[in-house]
Amino acid sequence: MVPVIETESLSRSFGPVRAVDGLTFQVYEGEVFGLLGPNGAGKTTTVQLLNGVLRPSGGKARVLGLDVVRDGCRLRQRTGVLTETPSLYERLTARENLALFGALYGIPEPDLSYRVARMLEEFGLADRADDRVGEFSKGMKQRLTLARALLHKPPLLFLDEPTAGLDPEAARQVTEMIARLSHREGRTVFLCTHNLNEAQRLCDRVAVMDRGRLLALGTLEELSRTLWPGLQVEIGLQAPPTEAAIAALRRLLGVSDIRGEPLCLQVSVSGEDMVPAVVETLVREGARILRVAPRQPSLEEIYFAIRGEHPAVAQG
Amino acid sequence: MNGRILRTIAVKDLKEVRQNRAAWIPALVVPLILVILLPLGIILAPSLMQSMSPLTAPSELVGMMRERIPALAAELAGLNERQTWVVLMTGYFFAPFILIFPLMFSTIVASESFAGERERKTIEALLYTPASDGELFLGKMLAAFVPAVALTWISFLVYGVVVNAAGWSVMGRIWFPPASWWPLMLWVTPAVAVLGVAATVIISARVRTFMEAYQMSASLVLLVLVLVAGQITGVLYLSPSVALAVGLVLWLIDGVLIGLGVRTFRREALLLQ
Repeated sequence: MVPVIETESLSRSFGPVRAVDGLTFQVYEGEVFGLLGPNGAGKTTTVQLLNGVLRPSGGKARVLGLDVVRDGCRLRQRTGVLTETPSLYERLTARENLALFGALYGIPEPDLSYRVARMLEEFGLADRADDRVGEFSKGMKQRLTLARALLHKPPLLFLDEPTAGLDPEAARQVTEMIARLSHREGRTVFLCTHNLNEAQRLCDRVAVMDRGRLLALGTLEELSRTLWPGLQVEIGLQAPPTEAAIAALRRLLGVSDIRGEPLCLQVSVSGEDMVPAVVETLVREGARILRVAPRQPSLEEIYFAIRGEHPAVAQG
Repeated sequence: MNGRILRTIAVKDLKEVRQNRAAWIPALVVPLILVILLPLGIILAPSLMQSMSPLTAPSELVGMMRERIPALAAELAGLNERQTWVVLMTGYFFAPFILIFPLMFSTIVASESFAGERERKTIEALLYTPASDGELFLGKMLAAFVPAVALTWISFLVYGVVVNAAGWSVMGRIWFPPASWWPLMLWVTPAVAVLGVAATVIISARVRTFMEAYQMSASLVLLVLVLVAGQITGVLYLSPSVALAVGLVLWLIDGVLIGLGVRTFRREALLLQ
């Protein structure tokens, strides 16, 4: 796997505040990498550092093989950034906005108008191409911002909260576009978000960040295994289990955690070979089992567990 | 430096200013008054108002000006009183007023371009482009400098046509511009335009809105008013050599301000303001 982003102890302070604190990670070619964290976690600052817009206070970063401090201009030639606020020129038309950025990104003059027209078409804005952007809805502005980020065909895309403030339909359109860009066109996507459902749908790997520091990094499975070693089993019941049944389960060697709702237990076991013993114990204690299935924790559960805000951590 | 990037930034800024009526309406109204209505009034009013007709330059004023400024006395030699009035008012007293134009035009565009862009939160996308800090700075300077000088020269041209046409019956010849105007237009007005841009860049780095930047940079007009007062009182005569010297001083100040501006203009600083 070819790394397109490599950071080593990357840091940035604003006065006494360490906005980014010793980040070390790699992002590989073609993957969708999610950087998750609450507002103020340092996600946007990380994007600014990785594009050479801000200088690091410490550490180093290479993006697409280029040093972010020395080669900022060359680097930005090959990245596309969807900023958190659209940053569109609202007094100009959609076509003028794209033509302006196309020229700044060095798209040759003869290709520019064709490329702009194609992007407007592709993002469903062709019929409003010559209207001022100030008259656009939020969803249209976001589509135009995405078109701007892709206009020069960058191999690496940074998307900072791409669906923030959009209605569900517009958010779905944008999410589908991102999925298409990654899976069909093979671009590397660096996605900053605090929308965990969006991240779960789109990301191959995620990193969780808080107060400038990286708390965890990996695929969903890797993070889940780290938090809850072994296997998660979901057991559907016809009636709530008795206290004796739960106590019997807890006594079993290899059962590390029991959570869930009365009719749907979530049991963490050391491995697959423990599943028959769990079922047998519940049946022996009078439980009527409707189904037993391995369970993958959601990104939301993983995220809150990593941030220490989930009961699982206390128990596990 | 990439010329296409400079041109693109400059053209974009000009398109944006064109859409901002609050910015360009004053830029049209002031020249309209100063280069058309004012000279027409000065030249034609005496003929139209019987009580003042034929109005001549007050002989005391002319006497004082001739006494204080021998070079001007030479220019006025051989003119009758009516001609002296026209030359003195439109060719001499008005000269420093023309310096308001490059200052006004450049500060409007520069305020819009720097503080305005930050106010509208459009600067971030521009900072993510491959344009270098120097290209961003020069592109934005160009956007303010070129129209400021061009509009000043157009105003000068219109003023020349108005003064010569309206004064034809008095002067009987095309007399404007006198020699003293050429260094003023070709040497001093570009320097004043750069002064306006550079000062606005520095001011814009310290304020948040277009209006704040525009109002603060508009105080530079005081400099021009000093020249106007000097000219009217006869203390300073903007002869070609004085204009060359004033221009030189302005270009030196420009150099210092541009140096300061370049230091202020850092991608990172713009993002953090």
